[in-house]
Amino acid sequence: MILDSKIPGGSIEEKWTKHKFELKLVNPANKRKFTVIVVGTGLAGASAAASLAELGYNVKSFCIQDSPRRAHSIAAQGGINAAKNYKNDGDSVYRLFYDTVKGGDFRAREANVHRLAENSNLIIDQCVAQGVPFGREYGGLLDNRSFGGTQVSRTFYARGQTGQQLLLGAYQALMRQVAAGKVKMFPRREMMDLVVIDGKARGIIVRNLITGELESHVGDAVCLCTGGYGNVYYLSTNAQGSNVTAAFRAYKRGALFANPCYTQIHPTCIPRHGDLQSKLTLMSESLRNDGRIWVPRKAGDTRSPDQIPEEERYYYLEEKYPSFGNLVPRDVASRNAKQVCDAGLGVGSTKQAVYLDFADAIQRMGVAGVSAKYGNLFQMYEKITDEDPYKVPMRIFPAIHYTMGGLWVDYDLMSTIPGCFVLGEANFSDHGANRLGASALMQGLSDGYFVIPFTIGGYFAGTKLEKVSESDAAFEDCKKQTEERIHKLLSIKGHRTVNDIHRELGNIMWEYVGMARNEAGLKTALEKIPALRAEFWENVNVLGSEGSFNQNLERAGRVADFLEFAEVLTLDALHRKESCGGHFREESQTPEGEAKRDDENFCYVGAWEYKGDGVAPELSKEPLTFDNVHLATRSYK
Amino acid sequence: MSGLNLTLKIWRQKDAKTKGQFETVKINDVSPDMSFLEMLDIVNEEQMKQGKEGFAFDHDCREGICGMCSLVINGMPHGPDHATTTCQLHMRKFKDGDTIVIEPWRAAAFPVLRDCVVDRTAFDRIIQAGGFVSVNTGAAPEASTIPVPKADADRAFDAAACIGCGACVAACKNASAMLFVSAKVSHLSFLPQGKVEAKKRVLAMVAQMDKEGFGNCTNLYECQAACPKGITVDYIAKMNREYLGATVTYAEKVYGKD
Repeated sequence: MILDSKIPGGSIEEKWTKHKFELKLVNPANKRKFTVIVVGTGLAGASAAASLAELGYNVKSFCIQDSPRRAHSIAAQGGINAAKNYKNDGDSVYRLFYDTVKGGDFRAREANVHRLAENSNLIIDQCVAQGVPFGREYGGLLDNRSFGGTQVSRTFYARGQTGQQLLLGAYQALMRQVAAGKVKMFPRREMMDLVVIDGKARGIIVRNLITGELESHVGDAVCLCTGGYGNVYYLSTNAQGSNVTAAFRAYKRGALFANPCYTQIHPTCIPRHGDLQSKLTLMSESLRNDGRIWVPRKAGDTRSPDQIPEEERYYYLEEKYPSFGNLVPRDVASRNAKQVCDAGLGVGSTKQAVYLDFADAIQRMGVAGVSAKYGNLFQMYEKITDEDPYKVPMRIFPAIHYTMGGLWVDYDLMSTIPGCFVLGEANFSDHGANRLGASALMQGLSDGYFVIPFTIGGYFAGTKLEKVSESDAAFEDCKKQTEERIHKLLSIKGHRTVNDIHRELGNIMWEYVGMARNEAGLKTALEKIPALRAEFWENVNVLGSEGSFNQNLERAGRVADFLEFAEVLTLDALHRKESCGGHFREESQTPEGEAKRDDENFCYVGAWEYKGDGVAPELSKEPLTFDNVHLATRSYK
Repeated sequence: MSGLNLTLKIWRQKDAKTKGQFETVKINDVSPDMSFLEMLDIVNEEQMKQGKEGFAFDHDCREGICGMCSLVINGMPHGPDHATTTCQLHMRKFKDGDTIVIEPWRAAAFPVLRDCVVDRTAFDRIIQAGGFVSVNTGAAPEASTIPVPKADADRAFDAAACIGCGACVAACKNASAMLFVSAKVSHLSFLPQGKVEAKKRVLAMVAQMDKEGFGNCTNLYECQAACPKGITVDYIAKMNREYLGATVTYAEKVYGKD
């Protein structure tokens, strides 16, 4: 398939402005004739639903949680970037653009990233006006902190709960539109299928998670804002409910899935404690601003950290990357942690951890100073590990955190199915092969507040939409297929629990498709995943009925999709023989062990097209060009 | 430390219309490092291996911020640990041989949907009544146009930390939602951006709270003790003052059409 990204002409600075002018408009009186379905209520979904409703569109908003306020964006801790240059340290839209393209290891679209940087400042304005309580200086003005992968302070924050506060702002805007009658809210609904009529997305099938009833919803466009797929690894920092189902259903209806192998491992998570663990907890990487990362120089050193003298400590990031030190990008920090642990230098009972030490920071700022900045994170750490990080260094280890891959979209955020738009983490477009800290919140809100309100109008104004209804054959067919799938899940009555199989899938993915990948391992995964999927469909035990509140059935459907999706992810990782960003192929590294890109052969977006069950998906390529930020080896030394 | 052997009494209820009852389950060798919900995961795995459906309970982020998890544990919403959500409660807070009673939030405004899962959409409707600043996307002035004194921003933040879990309601013998409502009212009225609509907001949100069937506040402070985010009853006092002021000075009727 030829992937037309529809990037507008002109210089990088004028593309978005020019495009906004060229997009056809929908007359205000006509907007009320259109219905937009928005699936998901995180930063992208809530901001899109609220903004579209404010414009006059009728919006139907869906979420799997009991309230739209609970979407997983709420868990983002650290902050949100914007190019305000309030610190007078040389920041600009162009620098944010530049840092993000470089941070993404030259695998993102320049035009999208520049638009993101342009919108960043509007987002801060919008959020402040909504009452988001950002951190402020004593003069009453907004404060900034620095974050991994950059040398300027451009990150706005609300203590360690930035995602929560931004989401509440978007949620409140959404609730205001519910009260105004422009948004109809459907909580505890899960999207089971995308309905495509005459080649256009015209609705969705959802399961009411309280009654089990399947419902059809008609719309003139569908916006998928359903987050990332990190839970394919079973253990991740994602919420328990986070899943790939909505995106994967769209994939099976013809939307291409781009760069699924670009997964991000976050360097500062609390290490695992045992096999029955259900999730990994992340601590904001803002901790790397003041904490120093180290391991003992000697393998097998079992002394307690305070007994290890300074010269026997290996501050590996500071030594290897003197200019960025502990603030190298996430992928670099994570891979280095793995390397030192693989070399036997790991600490703690599992030896799969490194120290993050605040002793120097406490000496410099005092306990009160550290507590003011990181108090809630320290408290969280203590609650989980039963150790006081003011006294002993934290132990951290990388964990799956974010997924840069997602459904392929053009510049208008439209997938390869006309009328099916994809926003936020669910799309692939802005972070390339690695996302910089404090950029996820920015992208979710940019897509929802400041991109889709314009581009969806362009679609409506230029498209002839026939009238469709819930009783059309396409809706009935989709509903029937969903029903059959549910019946099948409930009828297997095997011996393994859904969770048990999901955990096994996670182990395969972490082992062979995790932080460092190689051809042999990926091929092993491609044998193990289909075998496990076959076992799932023969031997899983899903209890309860379809017509009731059934968390086991919900989970089973999601794991079934992960079992298919995992294969697409692995295929992508196998085909991309280069290392880039979060995707590290052991075959492609420099003599110093750094990721080595292969721009000659892999400077493209790889998007996979579903070709039927049991048939290999087909790869299409969108070439990437870099006219502004010139292709260069990323160096943080 | 070795594993804990525990007896659990967990609420089972098929749906909103059916009567529920406690079911007793034994679980052995629970690691003290495990979270409370991980312990329940194991209970559910065991139930399923015996051919029984697991106990339904709400949960999502498992890091104490989404507000989805609930559970009254031994009579205390979110359990015995101070300022902690159920998902952040760890088994090291319990002793070998303990009996643990696990129930849903109990309030007329939060009907049980199944087992320990309740319907909290009443909170969304209270926010819909006025828990926002009326600003459309694109209409915002430059972010630093209005300085906000750090103290006000901090106090607004303390109130905004509410995760909307409903523990305050579950803890109150009157099932009052005053702590939740006052936190949102205060968050917005501390900030200049929220002051414009403050009077209308407090009247509308309190009216909706009453309409949803939440009880009155009789100053027992159980809500403050149960709140996982440390929201204090000072906000209730602040809201009462705001409410009184608004009823005297705010002309427009917002109590509904009748």
